[in-house]
Amino acid sequence: MSSKEPVLIANGQGFWGDSILGPVRLVKEGPLHYLTLDYLAEVTLSIMQKLRGRDPSKGYATDFVAMLDRILPEAIEKGVKIVANAGGVNPQACRAAVFEVLRKHGLTGVKVATVEGDDILADLDALLAAGETFRNMDTGADLAAVRAAVTSANVYLGAFPIAEALDQGAQIVITGRGTDPGLVLGPMIHEFGWGPADLDKLAAGTVAGHIVECGAQCTGGNYTDWRKIPDMAMVGYPVIEAHADGTFAVTKHEGTGGLVDVDTVTHQLAYEMGDPANYITPDVIADFTSIRLEQERPNRVRVTGAVGRPATPTYKVSLSYQDGWKSTGQLTVSGPDALAKAQLCADIVWKRLAYDGYEYGPDERMVEFVGANVCHEGIAIQEATQASEVVLRMGVKGPDRAKVERFGSELVPLVTSGPPGVTGFAGGRPKATEIIGFWPALVNKDRIRTKVTVESV
Amino acid sequence: MPKVLLNRIAAARSGDKGEGSNVGILARSQAAYEFLERELTCERMREHFAAINPGGVVRYDAPNIRVLNFILADSLGGGGSASLKTDAQGKTHGLAALRMELDVPQAVLDATPEA
Repeated sequence: MSSKEPVLIANGQGFWGDSILGPVRLVKEGPLHYLTLDYLAEVTLSIMQKLRGRDPSKGYATDFVAMLDRILPEAIEKGVKIVANAGGVNPQACRAAVFEVLRKHGLTGVKVATVEGDDILADLDALLAAGETFRNMDTGADLAAVRAAVTSANVYLGAFPIAEALDQGAQIVITGRGTDPGLVLGPMIHEFGWGPADLDKLAAGTVAGHIVECGAQCTGGNYTDWRKIPDMAMVGYPVIEAHADGTFAVTKHEGTGGLVDVDTVTHQLAYEMGDPANYITPDVIADFTSIRLEQERPNRVRVTGAVGRPATPTYKVSLSYQDGWKSTGQLTVSGPDALAKAQLCADIVWKRLAYDGYEYGPDERMVEFVGANVCHEGIAIQEATQASEVVLRMGVKGPDRAKVERFGSELVPLVTSGPPGVTGFAGGRPKATEIIGFWPALVNKDRIRTKVTVESV
Repeated sequence: MPKVLLNRIAAARSGDKGEGSNVGILARSQAAYEFLERELTCERMREHFAAINPGGVVRYDAPNIRVLNFILADSLGGGGSASLKTDAQGKTHGLAALRMELDVPQAVLDATPEA
Protein backbone atom coordinates (compact mmCIF):
# COMPACT_ATOMS: atom_id res chain seq x y z
CA MET A 1 0.00 0.00 0.00
CA SER A 2 1.09 3.49 -0.71
CA SER A 3 2.53 5.77 1.92
CA LYS A 4 1.88 8.75 -0.31
CA GLU A 5 -1.53 9.95 -1.39
CA PRO A 6 -2.36 11.35 -3.80
CA VAL A 7 0.05 9.57 -6.10
CA LEU A 8 1.19 11.90 -8.90
CA ILE A 9 1.34 10.28 -12.35
CA ALA A 10 2.18 12.31 -15.45
CA ASN A 11 2.34 11.54 -19.14
CA GLY A 12 5.22 13.28 -20.88
CA GLN A 13 5.00 11.73 -24.33
CA GLY A 14 1.71 11.44 -26.18
CA PHE A 15 3.08 9.61 -29.21
CA TRP A 16 6.30 8.74 -31.03
CA GLY A 17 7.61 12.13 -32.12
CA ASP A 18 6.15 14.24 -29.31
CA SER A 19 8.32 17.06 -27.90
CA ILE A 20 11.21 16.14 -25.61
CA LEU A 21 10.25 19.19 -23.51
CA GLY A 22 7.28 17.23 -22.11
CA PRO A 23 9.32 14.83 -19.96
CA VAL A 24 12.20 17.28 -19.42
CA ARG A 25 9.89 19.93 -17.93
CA LEU A 26 7.72 17.46 -15.96
CA VAL A 27 10.77 16.23 -14.05
CA LYS A 28 12.14 19.74 -13.55
CA GLU A 29 9.09 21.89 -12.83
CA GLY A 30 7.01 20.19 -10.19
CA PRO A 31 6.34 17.32 -7.81
CA LEU A 32 5.97 13.92 -9.47
CA HIS A 33 6.03 10.24 -8.56
CA TYR A 34 5.61 8.57 -11.95
CA LEU A 35 6.47 9.66 -15.46
CA THR A 36 4.77 7.63 -18.20
CA LEU A 37 5.78 7.78 -21.86
CA ASP A 38 4.17 6.37 -25.00
CA TYR A 39 6.47 5.66 -27.96
CA LEU A 40 4.48 3.15 -30.01
CA ALA A 41 2.26 4.00 -32.92
CA GLU A 42 0.73 1.10 -34.85
CA VAL A 43 3.18 1.46 -37.70
CA THR A 44 6.16 1.55 -35.30
CA LEU A 45 6.35 -2.13 -34.40
CA SER A 46 6.57 -3.21 -38.02
CA ILE A 47 9.51 -0.85 -38.56
CA MET A 48 11.14 -2.08 -35.35
CA GLN A 49 10.87 -5.74 -36.43
CA LYS A 50 12.68 -4.79 -39.62
CA LEU A 51 15.42 -2.97 -37.68
CA ARG A 52 15.90 -5.91 -35.32
CA GLY A 53 16.05 -8.27 -38.31
CA ARG A 54 19.09 -6.35 -39.59
CA ASP A 55 20.71 -5.85 -36.16
CA PRO A 56 19.74 -7.89 -33.06
CA SER A 57 20.63 -4.96 -30.78
CA LYS A 58 17.97 -2.72 -32.40
CA GLY A 59 14.17 -2.66 -32.46
CA TYR A 60 13.31 -0.30 -29.62
CA ALA A 61 12.63 3.46 -29.32
CA THR A 62 16.06 5.10 -29.40
CA ASP A 63 14.42 8.49 -28.69
CA PHE A 64 13.63 7.20 -25.21
CA VAL A 65 17.29 6.51 -24.44
CA ALA A 66 18.36 9.95 -25.73
CA MET A 67 15.66 11.55 -23.57
CA LEU A 68 16.77 9.60 -20.46
CA ASP A 69 20.28 10.95 -20.98
CA ARG A 70 18.82 14.40 -20.28
CA ILE A 71 16.49 13.62 -17.37
CA LEU A 72 17.83 10.58 -15.51
CA PRO A 73 20.15 12.20 -12.93
CA GLU A 74 17.38 14.53 -11.76
CA ALA A 75 14.62 11.90 -12.01
CA ILE A 76 16.60 9.39 -9.92
CA GLU A 77 17.51 12.04 -7.37
CA LYS A 78 13.87 13.07 -6.99
CA GLY A 79 12.66 9.45 -6.91
CA VAL A 80 10.54 9.78 -10.04
CA LYS A 81 9.79 6.34 -11.49
CA ILE A 82 9.54 5.94 -15.25
CA VAL A 83 7.15 3.67 -17.14
CA ALA A 84 7.53 3.57 -20.93
CA ASN A 85 6.52 1.28 -23.79
CA ALA A 86 9.86 2.15 -25.41
CA GLY A 87 10.93 -1.51 -25.58
CA GLY A 88 9.25 -1.97 -28.94
CA VAL A 89 10.06 -5.49 -30.11
CA ASN A 90 13.32 -5.64 -28.12
CA PRO A 91 12.87 -4.54 -24.48
CA GLN A 92 16.09 -6.34 -23.39
CA ALA A 93 18.19 -4.34 -25.86
CA CYS A 94 16.44 -1.18 -24.68
CA ARG A 95 17.39 -2.04 -21.09
CA ALA A 96 21.02 -2.58 -22.13
CA ALA A 97 21.01 0.91 -23.68
CA VAL A 98 19.44 2.38 -20.53
CA PHE A 99 22.19 0.71 -18.46
CA GLU A 100 24.75 2.53 -20.62
CA VAL A 101 23.09 5.85 -19.77
CA LEU A 102 23.01 5.00 -16.06
CA ARG A 103 26.72 4.08 -16.11
CA LYS A 104 27.59 7.25 -17.99
CA HIS A 105 26.00 9.32 -15.22
CA GLY A 106 27.53 7.19 -12.47
CA LEU A 107 24.12 6.03 -11.24
CA THR A 108 24.32 2.63 -9.57
CA GLY A 109 21.80 0.29 -8.00
CA VAL A 110 18.95 1.47 -10.22
CA LYS A 111 16.51 -1.36 -10.95
CA VAL A 112 15.24 -1.58 -14.52
CA ALA A 113 12.41 -3.96 -15.44
CA THR A 114 11.29 -5.31 -18.77
CA VAL A 115 7.79 -6.56 -19.51
CA GLU A 116 7.70 -9.06 -22.38
CA GLY A 117 5.33 -11.55 -23.91
CA ASP A 118 3.45 -9.20 -26.24
CA ASP A 119 5.55 -10.06 -29.30
CA ILE A 120 4.00 -13.23 -30.77
CA LEU A 121 5.38 -13.01 -34.30
CA ALA A 122 7.57 -16.09 -33.83
CA ASP A 123 4.68 -18.04 -32.23
CA LEU A 124 2.08 -17.23 -34.85
CA ASP A 125 2.05 -20.59 -36.61
CA ALA A 126 1.99 -22.50 -33.32
CA LEU A 127 -0.94 -20.39 -32.13
CA LEU A 128 -2.77 -20.98 -35.43
CA ALA A 129 -2.14 -24.71 -35.06
CA ALA A 130 -3.49 -24.56 -31.51
CA GLY A 131 -6.78 -23.20 -32.81
CA GLU A 132 -6.40 -19.43 -32.64
CA THR A 133 -7.87 -17.97 -35.85
CA PHE A 134 -6.72 -14.33 -35.77
CA ARG A 135 -9.79 -13.52 -37.84
CA ASN A 136 -9.90 -9.80 -38.72
CA MET A 137 -12.04 -8.09 -36.05
CA ASP A 138 -13.37 -5.50 -38.51
CA THR A 139 -13.93 -7.53 -41.66
CA GLY A 140 -14.16 -11.12 -40.40
CA ALA A 141 -11.57 -12.19 -42.98
CA ASP A 142 -9.30 -15.18 -42.41
CA LEU A 143 -5.64 -14.46 -41.62
CA ALA A 144 -4.61 -16.85 -44.41
CA ALA A 145 -5.29 -13.99 -46.84
CA VAL A 146 -2.22 -12.10 -45.57
CA ARG A 147 -0.29 -14.67 -43.47
CA ALA A 148 2.75 -14.73 -45.76
CA ALA A 149 3.02 -10.93 -45.67
CA VAL A 150 2.79 -10.49 -41.87
CA THR A 151 5.68 -8.40 -40.50
CA SER A 152 4.71 -7.97 -36.84
CA ALA A 153 2.21 -9.38 -34.34
CA ASN A 154 1.83 -7.88 -30.89
CA VAL A 155 -0.64 -8.41 -28.08
CA TYR A 156 -1.92 -5.37 -26.22
CA LEU A 157 -0.95 -6.33 -22.66
CA GLY A 158 -2.64 -4.74 -19.66
CA ALA A 159 -1.52 -2.92 -16.54
CA PHE A 160 -0.88 -5.82 -14.15
CA PRO A 161 2.58 -6.81 -15.48
CA ILE A 162 3.65 -3.17 -15.04
CA ALA A 163 2.41 -3.26 -11.44
CA GLU A 164 4.32 -6.52 -10.92
CA ALA A 165 7.54 -4.88 -12.13
CA LEU A 166 7.01 -1.98 -9.72
CA ASP A 167 6.20 -4.45 -6.89
CA GLN A 168 9.67 -5.93 -7.49
CA GLY A 169 11.23 -2.53 -6.90
CA ALA A 170 11.77 -1.35 -10.47
CA GLN A 171 12.49 2.38 -10.89
CA ILE A 172 12.31 2.17 -14.66
CA VAL A 173 9.83 -0.13 -16.42
CA ILE A 174 10.30 -0.84 -20.13
CA THR A 175 7.46 -2.59 -21.93
CA GLY A 176 6.67 -3.64 -25.45
CA ARG A 177 3.11 -3.29 -26.80
CA GLY A 178 0.50 -2.61 -24.13
CA THR A 179 -2.55 -0.47 -23.84
CA ASP A 180 -1.83 3.24 -23.49
CA PRO A 181 -4.01 3.66 -20.34
CA GLY A 182 -2.17 0.70 -18.78
CA LEU A 183 0.96 2.84 -18.39
CA VAL A 184 -0.98 5.01 -15.91
CA LEU A 185 -3.14 2.27 -14.37
CA GLY A 186 -0.09 0.07 -13.61
CA PRO A 187 1.40 2.46 -11.02
CA MET A 188 -2.05 2.83 -9.36
CA ILE A 189 -2.42 -0.96 -9.03
CA HIS A 190 1.07 -1.09 -7.49
CA GLU A 191 0.56 1.84 -5.10
CA PHE A 192 -2.94 0.96 -3.93
CA GLY A 193 -2.83 -2.83 -4.08
CA TRP A 194 -5.83 -3.08 -6.39
CA GLY A 195 -6.74 -6.53 -7.70
CA PRO A 196 -8.49 -7.82 -10.83
CA ALA A 197 -11.84 -7.72 -9.00
CA ASP A 198 -11.60 -3.99 -8.15
CA LEU A 199 -13.47 -3.22 -11.33
CA ASP A 200 -14.61 0.34 -10.61
CA LYS A 201 -11.10 1.32 -9.54
CA LEU A 202 -9.54 -0.29 -12.60
CA ALA A 203 -12.09 1.58 -14.70
CA ALA A 204 -11.16 4.85 -12.98
CA GLY A 205 -7.46 4.29 -13.65
CA THR A 206 -8.30 3.47 -17.26
CA VAL A 207 -10.26 6.71 -17.63
CA ALA A 208 -7.31 8.59 -16.12
CA GLY A 209 -4.96 6.88 -18.54
CA HIS A 210 -7.17 7.75 -21.51
CA ILE A 211 -7.31 11.40 -20.47
CA VAL A 212 -3.53 11.81 -20.33
CA GLU A 213 -2.43 9.38 -23.04
CA CYS A 214 -2.09 12.07 -25.70
CA GLY A 215 -0.07 14.43 -23.51
CA ALA A 216 -1.05 18.07 -23.95
CA GLN A 217 -4.31 17.21 -25.73
CA CYS A 218 -6.07 17.43 -22.34
CA THR A 219 -4.28 20.60 -21.19
CA GLY A 220 -5.21 22.92 -24.04
CA GLY A 221 -3.64 21.40 -27.14
CA ASN A 222 -5.84 20.77 -30.20
CA TYR A 223 -8.70 22.59 -28.47
CA THR A 224 -11.63 24.09 -30.40
CA ASP A 225 -11.63 27.50 -28.67
CA TRP A 226 -7.87 27.89 -29.01
CA ARG A 227 -7.83 31.63 -28.31
CA LYS A 228 -8.80 30.82 -24.72
CA ILE A 229 -5.59 28.88 -24.06
CA PRO A 230 -2.87 30.88 -22.26
CA ASP A 231 0.82 30.41 -23.09
CA MET A 232 0.42 27.44 -25.44
CA ALA A 233 4.17 27.49 -26.13
CA MET A 234 4.90 26.47 -22.54
CA VAL A 235 1.89 24.15 -22.24
CA GLY A 236 2.02 21.96 -19.13
CA TYR A 237 1.76 18.21 -19.67
CA PRO A 238 -0.95 16.50 -17.61
CA VAL A 239 -0.53 15.17 -14.09
CA ILE A 240 -3.04 12.77 -12.46
CA GLU A 241 -3.50 13.01 -8.69
CA ALA A 242 -4.64 9.48 -7.92
CA HIS A 243 -6.39 8.28 -4.77
CA ALA A 244 -6.75 4.75 -3.38
CA ASP A 245 -10.56 4.92 -3.67
CA GLY A 246 -10.34 5.35 -7.45
CA THR A 247 -11.15 9.02 -7.57
CA PHE A 248 -8.60 11.29 -9.20
CA ALA A 249 -7.94 14.81 -10.40
CA VAL A 250 -6.43 16.00 -13.66
CA THR A 251 -4.05 18.91 -13.26
CA LYS A 252 -0.70 20.29 -14.42
CA HIS A 253 2.29 21.82 -12.73
CA GLU A 254 2.04 25.29 -11.19
CA GLY A 255 3.20 28.07 -13.51
CA THR A 256 2.99 26.07 -16.74
CA GLY A 257 1.00 27.21 -19.79
CA GLY A 258 -2.19 25.71 -21.13
CA LEU A 259 -5.48 25.07 -19.38
CA VAL A 260 -7.13 22.22 -17.50
CA ASP A 261 -10.89 22.65 -17.26
CA VAL A 262 -13.97 20.50 -17.77
CA ASP A 263 -13.94 21.44 -21.46
CA THR A 264 -10.31 20.56 -22.20
CA VAL A 265 -10.67 17.25 -20.36
CA THR A 266 -13.96 16.46 -22.14
CA HIS A 267 -12.27 17.15 -25.48
CA GLN A 268 -9.75 14.41 -24.73
CA LEU A 269 -12.41 12.01 -23.42
CA ALA A 270 -13.97 12.27 -26.88
CA TYR A 271 -10.70 11.51 -28.68
CA GLU A 272 -10.41 8.24 -30.59
CA MET A 273 -13.52 7.10 -28.75
CA GLY A 274 -15.68 4.23 -29.94
CA ASP A 275 -18.62 3.19 -27.79
CA PRO A 276 -18.12 5.19 -24.59
CA ALA A 277 -20.13 2.71 -22.51
CA ASN A 278 -17.81 -0.15 -23.51
CA TYR A 279 -14.17 0.90 -23.44
CA ILE A 280 -12.50 -2.50 -23.58
CA THR A 281 -9.01 -3.11 -22.17
CA PRO A 282 -7.35 -6.35 -21.01
CA ASP A 283 -7.96 -5.25 -17.40
CA VAL A 284 -11.58 -4.09 -17.40
CA ILE A 285 -14.46 -2.79 -19.51
CA ALA A 286 -14.72 0.84 -18.48
CA ASP A 287 -18.00 2.75 -18.80
CA PHE A 288 -17.14 6.34 -19.75
CA THR A 289 -20.83 7.31 -19.50
CA SER A 290 -20.65 6.80 -15.74
CA ILE A 291 -18.11 9.47 -14.83
CA ARG A 292 -18.62 12.98 -13.44
CA LEU A 293 -16.27 15.91 -14.01
CA GLU A 294 -16.07 18.84 -11.65
CA GLN A 295 -13.89 21.95 -11.70
CA GLU A 296 -12.37 22.02 -8.20
CA ARG A 297 -10.22 25.05 -8.75
CA PRO A 298 -8.42 26.63 -11.69
CA ASN A 299 -6.48 24.01 -13.66
CA ARG A 300 -7.81 21.13 -11.59
CA VAL A 301 -10.67 18.82 -12.62
CA ARG A 302 -11.90 16.08 -10.30
CA VAL A 303 -13.19 12.85 -11.85
CA THR A 304 -15.48 10.50 -9.90
CA GLY A 305 -18.05 7.78 -10.43
CA ALA A 306 -16.21 5.46 -12.84
CA VAL A 307 -17.88 2.09 -13.27
CA GLY A 308 -16.18 -1.05 -14.59
CA ARG A 309 -17.30 -4.48 -15.72
CA PRO A 310 -15.26 -7.72 -15.90
CA ALA A 311 -12.65 -7.95 -18.65
CA THR A 312 -13.11 -10.22 -21.65
CA PRO A 313 -11.21 -13.56 -21.94
CA THR A 314 -9.23 -12.26 -24.93
CA TYR A 315 -6.41 -9.85 -25.71
CA LYS A 316 -6.48 -7.62 -28.74
CA VAL A 317 -3.65 -8.35 -31.18
CA SER A 318 -2.29 -5.91 -33.71
CA LEU A 319 -0.77 -7.61 -36.73
CA SER A 320 0.84 -5.69 -39.53
CA TYR A 321 1.55 -6.88 -43.04
CA GLN A 322 3.15 -5.66 -46.24
CA ASP A 323 0.27 -4.23 -48.25
CA GLY A 324 1.85 -2.77 -51.39
CA TRP A 325 3.53 0.52 -52.21
CA LYS A 326 2.72 4.19 -52.31
CA SER A 327 4.30 7.42 -53.42
CA THR A 328 3.24 11.02 -52.85
CA GLY A 329 4.80 14.29 -53.90
CA GLN A 330 3.99 17.96 -54.13
CA LEU A 331 4.68 21.14 -56.02
CA THR A 332 3.62 24.71 -55.30
CA VAL A 333 1.78 26.61 -58.04
CA SER A 334 1.63 30.39 -57.75
CA GLY A 335 -1.04 32.73 -59.10
CA PRO A 336 -2.39 34.26 -61.13
CA ASP A 337 -4.88 31.46 -61.79
CA ALA A 338 -3.16 29.16 -59.30
CA LEU A 339 -5.94 26.59 -59.09
CA ALA A 340 -6.55 26.39 -62.85
CA LYS A 341 -2.83 25.88 -63.45
CA ALA A 342 -2.56 23.26 -60.71
CA GLN A 343 -5.49 21.37 -62.25
CA LEU A 344 -3.71 21.49 -65.62
CA CYS A 345 -0.52 20.18 -63.99
CA ALA A 346 -2.36 17.18 -62.56
CA ASP A 347 -3.89 16.38 -65.97
CA ILE A 348 -0.46 16.61 -67.56
CA VAL A 349 1.07 14.13 -65.09
CA TRP A 350 -1.62 11.50 -65.69
CA LYS A 351 -1.42 11.97 -69.50
CA ARG A 352 2.37 11.62 -69.62
CA LEU A 353 2.23 8.50 -67.46
CA ALA A 354 -0.55 7.03 -69.62
CA TYR A 355 1.52 7.72 -72.76
CA ASP A 356 4.24 5.56 -71.23
CA GLY A 357 1.80 2.76 -70.37
CA TYR A 358 1.21 3.60 -66.70
CA GLU A 359 -2.43 4.03 -65.75
CA TYR A 360 -3.77 4.06 -62.21
CA GLY A 361 -7.32 3.21 -61.13
CA PRO A 362 -9.55 5.69 -59.27
CA ASP A 363 -8.72 4.01 -55.94
CA GLU A 364 -5.02 3.98 -56.73
CA ARG A 365 -4.49 7.68 -57.37
CA MET A 366 -5.04 10.93 -55.53
CA VAL A 367 -4.90 14.64 -56.36
CA GLU A 368 -5.25 17.42 -53.82
CA PHE A 369 -5.10 21.18 -54.27
CA VAL A 370 -3.97 22.23 -50.80
CA GLY A 371 -5.23 25.74 -50.10
CA ALA A 372 -8.36 25.10 -52.15
CA ASN A 373 -10.44 23.10 -49.70
CA VAL A 374 -8.75 19.75 -49.17
CA CYS A 375 -9.41 19.07 -45.48
CA HIS A 376 -13.07 20.10 -45.56
CA GLU A 377 -13.92 18.86 -49.04
CA GLY A 378 -17.56 19.43 -49.93
CA ILE A 379 -18.14 21.33 -46.68
CA ALA A 380 -16.27 24.63 -46.56
CA ILE A 381 -17.57 27.61 -48.48
CA GLN A 382 -14.66 27.90 -50.81
CA GLU A 383 -13.11 30.79 -52.59
CA ALA A 384 -10.47 28.52 -53.96
CA THR A 385 -10.17 30.23 -57.32
CA GLN A 386 -8.97 33.32 -55.45
CA ALA A 387 -6.08 31.54 -53.71
CA SER A 388 -2.79 33.31 -54.28
CA GLU A 389 -1.05 29.94 -54.57
CA VAL A 390 -1.97 26.32 -54.06
CA VAL A 391 0.06 23.22 -53.28
CA LEU A 392 -0.52 20.48 -55.81
CA ARG A 393 -0.27 17.18 -53.96
CA MET A 394 -0.48 13.93 -55.91
CA GLY A 395 0.00 10.28 -55.07
CA VAL A 396 -0.48 6.72 -56.26
CA LYS A 397 -0.51 3.31 -54.63
CA GLY A 398 -0.68 -0.33 -55.65
CA PRO A 399 0.98 -3.73 -55.43
CA ASP A 400 3.54 -3.06 -58.22
CA ARG A 401 6.54 -1.20 -56.84
CA ALA A 402 7.97 -0.24 -60.23
CA LYS A 403 4.65 1.23 -61.35
CA VAL A 404 4.36 3.26 -58.15
CA GLU A 405 7.97 4.41 -58.49
CA ARG A 406 7.41 5.52 -62.11
CA PHE A 407 4.81 8.09 -60.98
CA GLY A 408 7.40 10.02 -58.96
CA SER A 409 9.48 10.88 -62.01
CA GLU A 410 6.71 12.88 -63.75
CA LEU A 411 6.12 15.51 -61.05
CA VAL A 412 9.30 17.60 -61.08
CA PRO A 413 9.44 17.99 -64.91
CA LEU A 414 6.38 20.26 -64.64
CA VAL A 415 8.70 23.03 -63.46
CA THR A 416 10.03 23.47 -66.99
CA SER A 417 7.36 21.76 -69.12
CA GLY A 418 4.13 22.94 -67.47
CA PRO A 419 2.40 26.28 -66.93
CA PRO A 420 4.41 29.16 -65.40
CA GLY A 421 4.88 29.68 -61.66
CA VAL A 422 5.53 26.06 -60.62
CA THR A 423 8.06 25.73 -57.79
CA GLY A 424 8.64 24.13 -54.40
CA PHE A 425 10.11 20.83 -55.60
CA ALA A 426 12.49 20.58 -52.63
CA GLY A 427 13.12 17.01 -51.60
CA GLY A 428 13.52 15.81 -55.16
CA ARG A 429 11.76 12.91 -56.81
CA PRO A 430 9.14 11.14 -54.65
CA LYS A 431 10.12 7.56 -53.75
CA ALA A 432 7.92 4.51 -53.36
CA THR A 433 7.48 3.49 -49.73
CA GLU A 434 5.92 0.39 -48.22
CA ILE A 435 2.30 0.43 -47.14
CA ILE A 436 1.92 -1.32 -43.81
CA GLY A 437 -1.53 -2.83 -43.46
CA PHE A 438 -3.15 -3.49 -40.08
CA TRP A 439 -4.98 -6.57 -39.05
CA PRO A 440 -6.76 -6.30 -35.69
CA ALA A 441 -7.56 -9.66 -34.12
CA LEU A 442 -8.15 -11.38 -30.79
CA VAL A 443 -6.28 -14.14 -28.97
CA ASN A 444 -7.29 -16.07 -25.86
CA LYS A 445 -5.50 -14.73 -22.81
CA ASP A 446 -4.51 -18.18 -21.52
CA ARG A 447 -2.25 -18.68 -24.57
CA ILE A 448 -0.09 -15.66 -23.74
CA ARG A 449 2.73 -15.74 -21.20
CA THR A 450 3.93 -12.40 -19.90
CA LYS A 451 7.42 -12.19 -18.47
CA VAL A 452 8.66 -9.57 -16.03
CA THR A 453 12.38 -9.38 -15.24
CA VAL A 454 14.17 -6.87 -13.03
CA GLU A 455 17.91 -6.20 -13.22
CA SER A 456 20.10 -3.44 -11.88
CA VAL A 457 23.25 -1.88 -13.20
CA MET B 1 -35.37 30.20 -36.20
CA PRO B 2 -31.86 31.66 -36.39
CA LYS B 3 -29.45 29.88 -38.71
CA VAL B 4 -26.08 29.41 -37.01
CA LEU B 5 -22.97 27.29 -37.39
CA LEU B 6 -22.74 24.21 -35.19
CA ASN B 7 -19.63 25.84 -33.71
CA ARG B 8 -21.92 28.36 -31.95
CA ILE B 9 -23.42 25.64 -29.71
CA ALA B 10 -20.75 22.91 -29.76
CA ALA B 11 -17.03 22.20 -29.80
CA ALA B 12 -15.42 19.10 -31.32
CA ARG B 13 -12.48 16.74 -31.37
CA SER B 14 -11.71 14.07 -33.94
CA GLY B 15 -9.13 11.39 -34.66
CA ASP B 16 -8.58 8.12 -36.47
CA LYS B 17 -10.42 4.92 -35.73
CA GLY B 18 -9.18 2.19 -38.07
CA GLU B 19 -10.20 3.06 -41.63
CA GLY B 20 -12.56 5.74 -40.33
CA SER B 21 -12.56 8.63 -37.92
CA ASN B 22 -14.41 9.51 -34.75
CA VAL B 23 -15.93 12.96 -34.42
CA GLY B 24 -16.86 13.88 -30.87
CA ILE B 25 -19.36 16.75 -30.70
CA LEU B 26 -19.25 18.55 -27.33
CA ALA B 27 -22.42 20.52 -26.60
CA ARG B 28 -21.74 23.91 -25.00
CA SER B 29 -24.82 23.71 -22.73
CA GLN B 30 -27.44 21.24 -21.54
CA ALA B 31 -30.00 22.92 -23.81
CA ALA B 32 -27.62 22.54 -26.75
CA TYR B 33 -27.07 18.87 -25.89
CA GLU B 34 -30.80 18.15 -25.84
CA PHE B 35 -31.29 19.99 -29.14
CA LEU B 36 -28.39 18.16 -30.82
CA GLU B 37 -29.50 14.81 -29.41
CA ARG B 38 -32.69 15.29 -31.46
CA GLU B 39 -31.39 17.10 -34.54
CA LEU B 40 -27.83 15.94 -35.15
CA THR B 41 -28.70 12.54 -36.55
CA CYS B 42 -26.40 10.07 -38.27
CA GLU B 43 -28.16 10.89 -41.54
CA ARG B 44 -27.44 14.60 -41.07
CA MET B 45 -23.74 13.88 -40.46
CA ARG B 46 -23.59 11.42 -43.37
CA GLU B 47 -24.88 14.11 -45.75
CA HIS B 48 -22.50 16.72 -44.33
CA PHE B 49 -19.47 14.45 -44.80
CA ALA B 50 -20.63 12.85 -48.07
CA ALA B 51 -17.60 14.07 -50.05
CA ILE B 52 -15.15 12.83 -47.39
CA ASN B 53 -16.82 9.67 -46.07
CA PRO B 54 -18.38 7.20 -48.52
CA GLY B 55 -19.05 4.88 -45.59
CA GLY B 56 -21.76 4.74 -42.94
CA VAL B 57 -22.14 6.79 -39.76
CA VAL B 58 -22.82 5.49 -36.24
CA ARG B 59 -23.55 7.63 -33.17
CA TYR B 60 -22.89 6.92 -29.48
CA ASP B 61 -24.20 9.21 -26.76
CA ALA B 62 -22.47 10.19 -23.51
CA PRO B 63 -24.99 12.53 -21.82
CA ASN B 64 -22.89 12.71 -18.64
CA ILE B 65 -20.22 14.70 -20.47
CA ARG B 66 -22.63 16.11 -23.12
CA VAL B 67 -20.86 14.38 -25.99
CA LEU B 68 -22.32 12.86 -29.14
CA ASN B 69 -19.67 10.59 -30.63
CA PHE B 70 -19.91 9.88 -34.35
CA ILE B 71 -17.95 7.20 -36.16
CA LEU B 72 -17.41 7.91 -39.88
CA ALA B 73 -16.65 4.41 -41.15
CA ASP B 74 -14.60 5.17 -44.28
CA SER B 75 -13.31 8.74 -44.09
CA LEU B 76 -9.54 8.33 -44.37
CA GLY B 77 -8.94 7.08 -47.90
CA GLY B 78 -7.94 3.62 -46.69
CA GLY B 79 -6.63 4.65 -43.29
CA GLY B 80 -3.29 4.11 -41.60
CA SER B 81 -0.32 4.07 -43.88
CA ALA B 82 -2.47 3.13 -46.91
CA SER B 83 -4.02 6.60 -47.10
CA LEU B 84 -2.74 9.12 -49.64
CA LYS B 85 -4.76 11.98 -48.11
CA THR B 86 -3.28 15.00 -46.35
CA ASP B 87 -5.53 14.37 -43.35
CA ALA B 88 -4.96 10.63 -43.09
CA GLN B 89 -5.94 10.65 -39.38
CA GLY B 90 -9.16 12.69 -39.54
CA LYS B 91 -7.63 15.34 -37.27
CA THR B 92 -9.61 18.10 -39.04
CA HIS B 93 -12.98 16.33 -39.22
CA GLY B 94 -14.12 17.86 -35.92
CA LEU B 95 -13.71 21.38 -37.26
CA ALA B 96 -15.35 20.29 -40.52
CA ALA B 97 -18.40 19.20 -38.52
CA LEU B 98 -18.54 22.57 -36.73
CA ARG B 99 -19.03 24.30 -40.12
CA MET B 100 -22.49 22.71 -40.44
CA GLU B 101 -25.36 25.21 -40.65
CA LEU B 102 -28.28 24.54 -38.33
CA ASP B 103 -31.62 26.21 -37.54
CA VAL B 104 -31.37 26.60 -33.78
CA PRO B 105 -34.25 27.87 -31.61
CA GLN B 106 -33.55 31.23 -29.94
CA ALA B 107 -34.17 29.67 -26.53
CA VAL B 108 -31.29 27.22 -27.11
CA LEU B 109 -29.01 30.06 -28.18
CA ASP B 110 -30.01 32.12 -25.12
CA ALA B 111 -29.15 29.18 -22.86
CA THR B 112 -25.77 28.61 -24.55
CA PRO B 113 -22.99 31.09 -23.83
CA GLU B 114 -20.79 32.02 -26.77
CA ALA B 115 -17.27 30.61 -26.72
